[in-house]
Formats: sequence, C-alpha cells, structure tokens
Amino acid sequence: MSDTSTANATAGNGGERPVLLQMTGLRIEGRTEQGWSEIVHGVDVTLRRGEVLGLIGESGAGKSTIGLAAMGYARDGCRISGGAITFDGIDMREASDARKRALRGSRIAYVAQSAAAGFNPAHKLIDQYCEAPVQHGVRQRREAEGEAIDLFRRLRLPDPEGIGFRYPHQVSGGQLQRAMTAMAMACRPDLIIFDEPTTALDVTTQIEVLAAIRDVVEQFDTAAIYVTHDLAVVAQMADRIMVLRHGDLVEENETRAMLAGPDEDYTRALLSVRSYRKDAAEIPVHDVPILTVDNVTAAYGPVPVLRNVSFAIHRKRTVAVVGESGSGKSTTARVITGLLPPRKGRVLFEGEPLPADFRQRSRDQLRHAQMIYQMPDTALNPRQRIRDVIGRPAHFYLGLSGKALDERVRDLLRLIELEPDDYIDRLPTELSGGQKQRICIARALAAEPALIICDEVTSALDQLVAEEILKLLQKLQDDFDLSYMFITHDIGTVRAISDEVVVMLQGEVVEHGPRDEMFRPPHHEYTELLLSSVPEMDPDWLTNLLRERGEE
Amino acid sequence: MFRLLKTAPPTAWFGMIVILAYIVIAIFAPAIAPYGETDIVGPEYDLWSEAHPLGTDNLGRDMMTRLIYGARNTVGIAFVTTIIAFFLGGALGLLAATVGGWADQLLSRLVDVLMAIPQLIFALLILTIVGTSIPAVILVIAVLDSTRVFRLGRAVAMNIVVMDFVEAAKLRGEGLWWIIRAEILPNAMAPLVAEFGLRFCFVFLTISALSFLGLGIQPPTADWGSMVRDNATLITFGDVTPLLPAAAIALLTVAVNFVVDWFLHKTSGLKDV
Repeated sequence: MSDTSTANATAGNGGERPVLLQMTGLRIEGRTEQGWSEIVHGVDVTLRRGEVLGLIGESGAGKSTIGLAAMGYARDGCRISGGAITFDGIDMREASDARKRALRGSRIAYVAQSAAAGFNPAHKLIDQYCEAPVQHGVRQRREAEGEAIDLFRRLRLPDPEGIGFRYPHQVSGGQLQRAMTAMAMACRPDLIIFDEPTTALDVTTQIEVLAAIRDVVEQFDTAAIYVTHDLAVVAQMADRIMVLRHGDLVEENETRAMLAGPDEDYTRALLSVRSYRKDAAEIPVHDVPILTVDNVTAAYGPVPVLRNVSFAIHRKRTVAVVGESGSGKSTTARVITGLLPPRKGRVLFEGEPLPADFRQRSRDQLRHAQMIYQMPDTALNPRQRIRDVIGRPAHFYLGLSGKALDERVRDLLRLIELEPDDYIDRLPTELSGGQKQRICIARALAAEPALIICDEVTSALDQLVAEEILKLLQKLQDDFDLSYMFITHDIGTVRAISDEVVVMLQGEVVEHGPRDEMFRPPHHEYTELLLSSVPEMDPDWLTNLLRERGEE
Repeated sequence: MFRLLKTAPPTAWFGMIVILAYIVIAIFAPAIAPYGETDIVGPEYDLWSEAHPLGTDNLGRDMMTRLIYGARNTVGIAFVTTIIAFFLGGALGLLAATVGGWADQLLSRLVDVLMAIPQLIFALLILTIVGTSIPAVILVIAVLDSTRVFRLGRAVAMNIVVMDFVEAAKLRGEGLWWIIRAEILPNAMAPLVAEFGLRFCFVFLTISALSFLGLGIQPPTADWGSMVRDNATLITFGDVTPLLPAAAIALLTVAVNFVVDWFLHKTSGLKDV
C-alpha cells in the first residue's frame, strides 16, 4: 500500500502521473480447430494512475481480451503468447498464480457485462460484497458492511441501508450493475476493468449507471479500462481512447482530440455511425392502411401486458415502435402475427380483419406479414443450407421449384449484397452476425410480403454493421414498396429509418405521430426521458444532461 | 466422411472394426459356420478339438457354429427392436414436444406409467401372456424401450421448439410434419444417434437376459443368452466355454460404446482436454 501513498503524493495538479499498467507488444492466441491462431497482434497499452482508458472496437476486435490480459488472465481457450504486462512494477506474466490471485479483487477488479450472470443468486448482495475485502484481509466484516452502505449511497442506489440485504433477483438490472461496481470498489483497487457494463441496459438505465460509475471512479481516483463498442458512451467516460480492429491498434488519442479530428478512416466511420437519416415521408390520411392495430388488449394468463393499443401502418412507410424492455413492443408483434390472440380488439390487414390465431389465417394472409428477429443465430436453422433457408418460403408460398427456385434464391442473395456462388451452399454457422441477419431479410423477402416486422433487428450487431443493415432495409423498401414495423429501444435507429413513431410504456401507447414531430418538443414526459438519454458523441453530454436534470 | 474417419481415435477404430466383423459374421453365417445351426454332430459337452474348435454343447451341437449363428439371431433381433423403439419413441417424443398441451400430457403420463414398472419384470409378464414368438419379443421390448427414447427425444426437442426458426416456420404456415422433419429432427439428431448406440446395447442385454430366463428366443434357434444358460453346468467344472457367448455380448457392447463416445464427442463440440 506504500506505493499508493507515494503515487498520490507525487501526483501533481495536471502533471504526468506515474504509470500504473504497462503492456508492450501484447500478443494473445485463441484455440481453433486448426490449432492456435493469433487474435491480438502486438498491442501496446499504457495506463497512468487515476486515468480512464476507453477500449473501443467491433466484436472480435480483441478489446475484452486485452482488458482481461491487464489482470494477467486469458479466457478459456486463449493464451497470452507474447509481450510484457507490468502492473505497478509486478510482471504479470511471470507472477505466480498465488501472487496474481492476491492482486485480483484487491488491487485490480473486474466488472462484467452481465451483472445478472456475475452474481451468485444464492447469496445476498452484501455477503458477496464483503467476500473480497474480508478474504484479502484488508477489512473486517463489520467495517466492510459500513463501507458497502456508503458506496451504495454514492452509487445512488435506492435504500442504501437495505438493498444489500436483498438477493440478486430482487433488484433490477441497472441496480445490479451498480452493485457490481460497488463490489469492484470494495478493496479500493488501483485499477478497475469495465467490460461493456451498460450494453445490456436500456438507455434510461444506462445513464444512471454511467453517471454513478464516473462519479465513483473520480472520487476514489481509480484508474479504469472501459471496454465498449459504443463510441458515444466511451466519450463520456474516458480520458483517452484506443480504437481497435481485428486485434490491431487503429488509433489512440485523448478523447476530445479524437472526437474533434480522427486520423483514421475507420475511426471516422465509427464517429459518423449515427448520422444516417432518411427523409421522413408524409403519412397518407385517406388511404386504407396496410395494417391496423385496433384497440388491442392482450395478456399472458391473468397478467395484462397491452392495454388499448391502436396504431396503423401505411404502404411504403416505416413505423418505429419504441420503449424500454417490458413495455409491450414485442408482445404487440406477437398479437399482429397471431401468436398471442388478443383479449379485446382486432388486427386488420388492408381493412380486412385477420383471424386472431395464426393457425386460422390463410397462407396468403401469413405470406403478407413476415418477421425478422433480433437474434439471427436462433432465427436460422443451423442445419439448413442458405439455399433451403431462402428457398423454402419461395417454394412454399409461390410454388417455385427446380431451376426457377435456384434463380430466385440467387436473385435474393444479390439483393442482400451477398455473392450467390459463395454463399448459396453455406450453413448459417459459416456466416458472420451481419450476414446472418441479411439471410433473415432475404428469407422474409422471398415470401414477397407487404409488411415486414423487424424485432430489434440491429441490436445484436455492431454499430457499423447495423447501419449497413438499416441502409439495406431502406433500399429494399424503396424498391419493393415494403412497409416496416420497426421494434427498437434505440432512438438512433428510430431517427435513421422511421416515418412514424409509436412510443410505448408499460403496455400503453403514450405518444404517436410522424417522426419529425416526435423529435420536436413538446414531448410526453416519458418520450423526453427516452430522447435525452441517448448518448451523444459530445464528451460533455453526460455532464450537461445531469446538470439539466438536476435543475429541473 | 472420409476426413471424419481419419480423425477417429484408436478406440473408435477398434469399435468400428469389431462391429464390422460382427456384421460380416452375421450376414455370412451359413458360409462361415462349419456345421448346420441345429445339427447334432457329436457327443454332449465334447472338449475343444480339431473337429469342434470350441467343443459341443449340452445336446452335442457344435459350439462355434452356434456362436456364429447366434450373432445373426441375437444381433439381428436387437437391431430390429432398437429401430422400432426409435421410430416409435423418437416420433412420439418429437410430436409431444412440438404439439404440447394435452397431447403432450397424455403421451408423457402414459410413458410414466410404463416406466414405473421394472422393465424386465414387465417384459416377463407380457411375454408370459402373449407367448414367446420372435415378433412378440421384438414388439414388447421395442415398446418398453421406446419410453426411454421418448423421454430423450422430448427433452431435446423441447429446447429446439422454442427457437425463433421454429416460430418462423410456424408463422410461415408450415404443417406439423415439416416442422418436425425439417426444423427439429436435424437438430435433435446428434443426441438421438448417440442414444441409439446405447439403447442397442440395452436391448441386446434385455434379449439375452430374457433368453437366459427362457422367455426370449426359443430353442433350437441359436442365441447367446440361452447358450449361456444351456451350458451353465460346465462352469462348475471350470470350463470357460459357456462364458464365450457372454464374452461375445460384452465385446460388442464395448465396441458400440466406443463408437458412440466418439460420435458424442464430435457432435457436442467438447474440447480435448
């Protein structure tokens, strides 16, 4: 601990602070069928005391792997194969397991992406909090409990005295993520690694967690590595940003300097990721809408999940349905597709009421409404070749077979910008996430539908890939006069692609109107909260927002 | 396929060679065997000699001939039984998981009832009532064993039905048959094939056990189970001959399990440790 005190003493105002973590020429290999292949190709990381470093990149860029390597740890199936890792003078590659174990949790802590999976469901939060400090012998149990309550208060958790005595399933996801941050702070570590701590959270919850993390890191002068794929988030948190791609460093700079003038094209692409906008089209007033949801009330068993939901989708228009998880967006889609017959109300297609249960609908009625799912991994049968995946609806609805079917499948693959000869005989497992989602789009298109329901289609994808998917969907809409119902919790997506917006909260439609009107005040108070919670690239955004909200 | 075989571990190779040998012996039994299946060719319990490499049995039939024909009868019947058990149990299991609701309840409770009674005792009971013809033996064991296949098939399919691609197929308007055959079955194949190997061994043992108890394959048909029983007296004289059919059963069981282990390992994606 003497190191810490001298470090703090030498840390002048604005002066260069001592280096806490130094990784040079870091190489990490992962195990594949053919043996070991390198996934991180010699990256240098330098972190000074009290500094927050953002690691950013798409999935597979190696950002989490590098974050974990700072603890001298490699995931199962990975190994650190080259380079040096020095944490506060300790060589982490040479250090014994016992030595590393003593450091982990006490001087280096880790906050995982999914707090729900990170906590042991059988123990109370405070017991799990106290485990590390008591185990490492830095605090007595009583002392640790007192500090836990103090930290819970600093992290703005409700009922800080009582919340520790609850079990993980009794608190919400955002609260759990904050409790995990508290746990990481328990031994007052020198370094915390945050591995996408807010990715699984709604925007409104994300704000609270981000603000809490930032405050507490500042208060205790802790150094942090913040791993994320969202540049807007990292802009709020980090002093310095490293952009990674395919295990290589693309660019490294101070946060403000990088946002003001990136040097590399890739960084520029990441920065402009939310810039895509289409021009919202007018909503026709007198046409018969393609789809009308008329006063629908639905329930799972005795629990009502939708109350009097009404809206309409017109030809060649995109309606975005927005709301946080549990607001009933996906349930609305289930009612429309007929998976969940409503208690009251009905669904009309081109003015004709649809049977409530999909089993009673005709083949043509089913053909007209197609669906694209959030998780392309589970939406494609892993044992079917692309030819069969796309070919089946074309054969099933339109009776194509033989040569005509083959031609149609190739056409569809060209439409989604995949080379037919390369892809037609592949299995879904041989595709990337974005390619799988394209295949799902082709499958929906193969039915030649009038309406496509897109259920969070971009939320499992990296931002750059997601944007390409959105552009593709837009192009297809223009070419084939498609209507989209776009379920999302991401306002960026809404801004990019929608003509009309429906905002849902707890099973009810709270606001409904053309997109440009929705983004102009005055808003419903919940819409306002949703809108203002979307992170922006401006590094002062979070600070300003919190000040504004504090004043209100 | 060939590439797959090349990566097979030695145990799997051993298993495959043994199974292949059994199949060859079973198919070409009349050509390989030195005598006829039921011919009495010497004195009872003759010792191993040049004319009778493994001696003769309690009626003076050639032991080696009986062993070779036994492969044909025992293995053949076990194979047919296992296939019936699989078609019955697998189809109903996938159906129960896909349809759900009361059909699932009905089938599952019926299977629970069948499984509640010890298998061998239940088989004995029914065979005593309906008689011990070979079709009866096959059907009774197949039905009893299909309950286990049903359980497995249902459990595996339960995890697949909830996937989005099955929902997509349902919403497309696909019929039940397509959903089971094209969407669910290919994904449930790996555990079912593995189970097939294991189940084959169990069926084999059940038939042998029934034959040993006198209710399985009836004399004079050569069968490994009843061969052990018929010649059991010799064991008291320290002769290993009666144990040879038992050894044949054990060897096949081990061989099948080696192959199944390898297959399970391949499909489950377990890492070599």
